[in-house]
Amino acid sequence: MAKLPPKSMPLHSTPAAADGQLNTHTALPKGVMRWVLTTNHKEIGTLYLLFSLSMFFVGGVFALVVRAELFQPGLQLIDPEFFNQMTTMHGLIMVFAAVMPAFTGLANWMIPLQIGAPDMALPRLNNFSFWLLPVAFTLLLSTLLMPGGGPNFGWTFYAPLSTTYAPASTTFFILAIHIAGISSILGAINIIATILNMRAPGMRLMDMPLFVWTWLITAFLLIAVMPVLAGVITMMLMDINFGTNFFNAAGGGDPVLFQHLFWFFGHPEVYIMILPAFGIVSAIIPTFARKPLFGYTSMVYATAAIALLSFLVWAHHMFLVGLPLVAELFFMYSTMLIAVPTGVKVFNWVTTLFRGSISFEPPMLFALAFVVLFTIGGFSGIMLAIAPADFQYHDTYFVVAHFHYVLVPGAIFAIMAGAYYWLPKWTGHYPNERLAQWHFWLSVIGVNLTFFPMHFAGLAGMPRRIPDYALQFADFNMVSSIGAFFFGTSQLLFVIVVVICVRGGKKAPAKAWEGAEDLEWSVPSPAPLHTFERPPKFERSTS
Amino acid sequence: MRALRYWSTYIAVLPFLVPTASYAWNMPIGVTDVSGDIYRLHMTIFWICVAIGLLVFGAMFYSLFRYRHAKGAKAAHFHENTLVEVLWTAIPVLILVAMAVPATATLKQMYDPSDADLDVMITGQQWRWRYEYMGENVAFTSSLSTPRVQISGEEKRGETYLLDVDNPLVLPVNRKVRFLMTSDDVIHSWWVPELAVKQDAVPGFINENWVRINEPGIYRGQCAELCGMDHGFMPVVVHAIEEKAFDEWIAERKAAAEKEISGIDRDWKLAELMERGQATYEAICVSCHQPGGKGSPPAFPALAGNEQLIADQAWHLDRVINGVSGAAMPAFRDTLNPVEIAAVVTYTRNAWGNDTGDVVQPSVVAEQVDQ
Repeated sequence: MAKLPPKSMPLHSTPAAADGQLNTHTALPKGVMRWVLTTNHKEIGTLYLLFSLSMFFVGGVFALVVRAELFQPGLQLIDPEFFNQMTTMHGLIMVFAAVMPAFTGLANWMIPLQIGAPDMALPRLNNFSFWLLPVAFTLLLSTLLMPGGGPNFGWTFYAPLSTTYAPASTTFFILAIHIAGISSILGAINIIATILNMRAPGMRLMDMPLFVWTWLITAFLLIAVMPVLAGVITMMLMDINFGTNFFNAAGGGDPVLFQHLFWFFGHPEVYIMILPAFGIVSAIIPTFARKPLFGYTSMVYATAAIALLSFLVWAHHMFLVGLPLVAELFFMYSTMLIAVPTGVKVFNWVTTLFRGSISFEPPMLFALAFVVLFTIGGFSGIMLAIAPADFQYHDTYFVVAHFHYVLVPGAIFAIMAGAYYWLPKWTGHYPNERLAQWHFWLSVIGVNLTFFPMHFAGLAGMPRRIPDYALQFADFNMVSSIGAFFFGTSQLLFVIVVVICVRGGKKAPAKAWEGAEDLEWSVPSPAPLHTFERPPKFERSTS
Repeated sequence: MRALRYWSTYIAVLPFLVPTASYAWNMPIGVTDVSGDIYRLHMTIFWICVAIGLLVFGAMFYSLFRYRHAKGAKAAHFHENTLVEVLWTAIPVLILVAMAVPATATLKQMYDPSDADLDVMITGQQWRWRYEYMGENVAFTSSLSTPRVQISGEEKRGETYLLDVDNPLVLPVNRKVRFLMTSDDVIHSWWVPELAVKQDAVPGFINENWVRINEPGIYRGQCAELCGMDHGFMPVVVHAIEEKAFDEWIAERKAAAEKEISGIDRDWKLAELMERGQATYEAICVSCHQPGGKGSPPAFPALAGNEQLIADQAWHLDRVINGVSGAAMPAFRDTLNPVEIAAVVTYTRNAWGNDTGDVVQPSVVAEQVDQ
């Protein structure tokens, strides 16, 4: 029997609110303390999302400082030292404080609702995981004000630039990343415990919505690689403060070892930032095509395959570091192989659209843009996998274009799509359609204006991470800078849409979208503070 | 305010800017067999991606247009089809194999281990390159020579802005040249796009790459790995010249190097040391210690008016010869010759109001370097 993605049976689900069983016996703390002490997955989810959104703007401002300096050749606004701090901080904040917490926030809100659980498995740990983040990133941002400045060695912090030659604030940077890493590990443990133990009776693993599946796999990736990151930054800490020589060649250490360790974390990390995005898009496309996802099972297997392969490809970031020929070949072949499961996903989305009944609400627009622009990022990824050609592409703006295509119109568009998709569930109101449309179109234009010219600049020979450049790159950089300010400014529209949506707007019913099928659409909109206090009865749809 | 003026001018003229034809949009074909192979490989993969993109996006946009809910499209309910799923797994595998075959061949060629006609040691240093023609007793450093006033915008930027050096690497055409790359401090990456050579220079490691240039010419590139403050200001310039001209050039350089060493023992005058010293300072020291010896504290201390420096000549000389362990100041005992060290120390002890009147003789430096 062919299997459909899970269908909720609203008649059988029993959200507590509908039964009038709101949890009234505990008095909620008032004011700020309510948010500090909350153990509710919805409130913690909201905290994660608001934190991520504010950090998205902080990281965005850093990017705009970089783009302003690169608007034309010469040094006009900032000196090279501060420029390096800005590129580094932009990367660190966007990866660890914007994209990762956004997905964790969505997981907090939606995983219990999608599997019919009353909350996360470990609610107090959940509170702790969140509150570690503001601590970590306050510490990280404070390094910018320290004597000698903040981290200036790129978000990849290659030794020995980040150890022997690093500013004094590097120890604080290490501590901040440690704290953020603990937060991620604890969050991942919580998500795994929730998914494996708290699914509604009758919901098998292969009945779970794909967002839950992709997060389950992502959580295992996090648990596997965050300790490796913790290890490598601890070795840096020792080199800087305790006289060890892990990465110091003069003391018999090995700077290349740093890169092996970093990328053994770093490559799975990039999938940590994209697998939940696949899950969101796999929920939205069937909803607005009013047609089941073409290949649920193959999507699950493709996600697992990508996760496993992610452990075998790390040295494709190191093709120029002096690897022997066999290693180059191995990592080239394994990297190319990733195109297969990724292709399966794209083909599945396109086939789901085929012969559907498609409408273009804001979440769908962002999801469709994701499919097209992420695939473009995938194509440049295949090109970069070709080791001999990488000798030309490596460390140029071609790479910058590639990873921004998979992260901005990739991960971030998927997060935006998810936000527009679930805002009616969170607030009880539909987001303002007209403003959301404006936000979408301005974002799509801005993102391409910013990042597409970077392909050309890179191929023409512009290295990454330089504050000033030769004259032949001037036009591309000017277009990119204009695009960046355009894109950055248009994100303010998103804030406006969210604020309006929280305050009011068109009322949304429990099932806010006609084609939506998962369990979250069986609880009222807005979702009451406590849901599924009695487990819903999950019934598999058959066909 | 100046920045604001720049911006407003640029925004005003923006609509009239068109990319000029001389601007490169694509990877260069380059001037070696390998660079040509890489270019063709790049274009092959690119066109395969374009073809796949047209198919996938074509199918997608067809569906989006054809099956619109607003036009009354009724959704079908098919899902899962083993044949289709096997096909769209197997066909990409075949395409990837087709890509991997030429890629493997090119990579093997790039890793050709056969003997070279000339070995050049390339050492990255913050923020310059040092070239050593192995076995020829010829070595020099190569630093950015674009004037600082062009970077700050006080002077019009030249055509090769940021891509000019004081001493280019001179190489013969038609000979196999092996590069041995390493670094004295952080990781750098030596890159010339036209030669398709980009290789990390890693401290403690010696990496190999090679080139056989087919056409004489001037080829420019840059450091490609973030290496600190002046990463954007360490270009690479290669002069590829005919074989006969190269043999003459290297003989000349060899003779000049021998002459310089023989001059160590004579008594040098303050004025000539000051002149040599200023040139060395502007090529080597200025990137950290800044024009005018102002420094950029705390990482890079000021030299002008530095009390310890003025008071203690032996301490000063030791710092330049042996460097400062655990800090950014490298040891210059192997990078600069005794004349250059003596000159630059004399210069810094007398320039910018330091006025100590000290003259450091090359013979004294040579003695200390040999210890």
